[in-house]
Amino acid sequence: MTDSYDIAVIGGGIMGCSTALRLAEGGMWPIVLDQGDLGQGASGVNAGTLSLQIKRVKLMPYALRGHRAWEAMGDAIGFRKTGGYTLAFTDGEAELLQERQTLKSEAGAPIEFVTRKALREAAPNLSHKIIAASYCAADGYANSSLTGQYYRGRLRDAGIAYRERCGAMAVRREAGRFAVETPAGTMHARRLLLAAGAWLKPVAAFLGVELPVRVRINTVSVTERMPPLIHHIVGHATGLLTMKQKPNGTVLIGGGWQGRGTPQEGRGEVTAETVAPNLALAQFALTPLKEARILRSWTGFEANVPDFYPLAGPLPGIEDAFVLGCVRGGYTIGPFIGSLMGDLILGREPELPLFDPGRDFDED
Amino acid sequence: MIDPCDIVILGAGPAGANASLSAARAGARVTLLDEQTQPGGQIWRAKSAAIIKAQPTPESDAGNTLRDCLANSAVTFVGDVRVWQIERTGDIWQVYTVADGQPGKIEAKALILATGAREYVQPIPGWTTPGVIGLAGATALLKHDMTPPGVATVVAGTGPLVFFTASEIRRLGGHVAAIVTPNTRRDWLSVMPAMLSRPDLVRRGLAWIANLTLARVPVLWGHAITRVEGARAVNGVVATKLDASGAPKGKKREIAADSVCLGNGLIPAVEAAQLAGADLRYHPELGGWVPGAMTDGSTKIKGLYICGDGAGIRGAAAAEIQGKLAGMVAANQLGFDLAPDFEALKSAHARAARFGLAMTALSLQKPGDQALTTPETILCRCESLSLARITAEIAKGAESINAIKSGTRAGMGACGGKFCHTAVARMMAASQGVDPADIPPPTARPPLRPVPASVFAEGFDYDDLPISKPAPL
Repeated sequence: MTDSYDIAVIGGGIMGCSTALRLAEGGMWPIVLDQGDLGQGASGVNAGTLSLQIKRVKLMPYALRGHRAWEAMGDAIGFRKTGGYTLAFTDGEAELLQERQTLKSEAGAPIEFVTRKALREAAPNLSHKIIAASYCAADGYANSSLTGQYYRGRLRDAGIAYRERCGAMAVRREAGRFAVETPAGTMHARRLLLAAGAWLKPVAAFLGVELPVRVRINTVSVTERMPPLIHHIVGHATGLLTMKQKPNGTVLIGGGWQGRGTPQEGRGEVTAETVAPNLALAQFALTPLKEARILRSWTGFEANVPDFYPLAGPLPGIEDAFVLGCVRGGYTIGPFIGSLMGDLILGREPELPLFDPGRDFDED
Repeated sequence: MIDPCDIVILGAGPAGANASLSAARAGARVTLLDEQTQPGGQIWRAKSAAIIKAQPTPESDAGNTLRDCLANSAVTFVGDVRVWQIERTGDIWQVYTVADGQPGKIEAKALILATGAREYVQPIPGWTTPGVIGLAGATALLKHDMTPPGVATVVAGTGPLVFFTASEIRRLGGHVAAIVTPNTRRDWLSVMPAMLSRPDLVRRGLAWIANLTLARVPVLWGHAITRVEGARAVNGVVATKLDASGAPKGKKREIAADSVCLGNGLIPAVEAAQLAGADLRYHPELGGWVPGAMTDGSTKIKGLYICGDGAGIRGAAAAEIQGKLAGMVAANQLGFDLAPDFEALKSAHARAARFGLAMTALSLQKPGDQALTTPETILCRCESLSLARITAEIAKGAESINAIKSGTRAGMGACGGKFCHTAVARMMAASQGVDPADIPPPTARPPLRPVPASVFAEGFDYDDLPISKPAPL
């Protein structure tokens, strides 16, 4: 195959697809390549939390706009604005909550602190051991399982080429364009966007670029359908718990508990020693959950760089190549930062500044 | 930490139980786990303790012999236990269990999986109506509770199981309204040469058929049930003659009944093998996707052995032998002497498998099978998804079982896809003209069985939560 495109996007998750959509709007002819199905990496297996309470202060403007993007996608992606509580069970956690949520509130997130009485009235099934809580009315969730279906539909509607089960096996720069070798043949494109999430490091290495990408292996679990237990999304001051009950009654439980494995070996694996305290903490916070059965646990790779800010800009040292990934809170921010990335590649001034992948990475 | 045992075995059917006996005989310390209270598996399932006296059958005799052997062996048998997770750290396997609402963990140097099979049911209109049960599921009812499924039962499906089930229903006082089998007499003739290796089983089969004929039970060869009638309970079925492709094309017959047993062969239960890291390959003649395992059960993964129907549907006789071999080789790898009959058993396995494979061949998918599943038919019963819903997702571009699962929730319910994913894959293969070998099953995810959340809360102390560095602000 000798297809030639304006840009090849490697990685068909939220980052790659939302960028491709903006590029096509701007008149470019992209092709999106994914080693698996669209939206089945971190984009499709994360817990779907859309919470401003767990976003970084500096990324708050991006998260606020990200929320708007999800709201606009609406039912097609299972969006629900439920409001969310973040819970503290100890004095130390309450202090942490106060300090951090105040800063986030100052950054523009509509976060308030609520009394225990108000919390109990709004969410009577939550533990009575909670000593402090913050609330953000803008918080909610979307159904991450629908990411692939949603973006596949958007790409098809926009007439954007995509190939699934068509990962990059090698990338070369030759005669002023890029050659991407895939199981379906070599694809040619004038530009390149690396949006391969946890697989950014090996993909950038094809071009001799070393990105300091590391991965976390986050665990998520889901219960069987339960009667209504909680309307709001729930978080924990330490970040060790996220929880939400879906319209179908299932309760999704996350919190960044680490499984094991590496992206190179394939999917990560759940470990009993970490999923157990995650599920125990969920019941500690939401007591009636002890009646539920756990149906499934899985892991997803979350990529980051040492300063925990995004890689969003030109790939260092390679002309016409770009990289987008490692966005902390990437599910929330993804659809928005993808459109910024598209603007940058189209030669337009993005609405908010991007994050130079060539910067020095100091541990934050 | 308790010392790891030498070998832990999942499943105490013909394969697992025999593996435990041969490994223990070699000197290994063996723990044998099963979800049932007693060993025996599905085929040699023990009767309920509530039933004091029952006429012996070849299955109950074989089961009782096995249970006696185990009771007199050094094997530690643990019944009523469910395994929900399998991990490995270094050379040690960790098997996480739930029993009586309590979490447990067993460590072992070797892991033998003998998880058997489950049955495939080609979805037809009405197959989820109360009163319809699986054909193999019915044998569990018959063996454990000695109760027929209803007053008048239609027994439908492929292979020898229809005749066994119908005969047992009659023996236990039930009425068989009809036998409906997609197999033709010609199908049976074609497997005769392989069957002659087991004249004892052929004699039994002929006895079932003679009994059913004498009782004037109608046998509809080359037919399938195309509809189960009744809204809340079964009140009958429609059976239709099949053409050579297996599609319902001919004369229809209505049969009154209050219960239906329905099954289209067995599928290896491979989820535990997937969790243990085994690669799967597609072998339709072995029932579909099977983990790669040698005759002696050994796999590419150190310390992992897979035997019995879980490694490919070869039947109970082959499972017994492969189990023995797996137990021997697993013990041998741990330094115990190899039994002298190891090589002889290896050749016996091929002979025994011949019969089982012929029976599996009677349930092979035919191109026309898909026509039995109409667009309105429920494919994923946990999530009430029709065939039309799944086809719509494919039309929208879903190219894999995982993509269909994510987009529709097919396989996200309580069964974890065990009921629907084979049906979805077969439909995809037939409608898209794709080789079934290119439609791998979905990623296996723990828990292997639903686990009460409270199990995970055992021993939880809030103060023990790891105090991690707060996320960057």
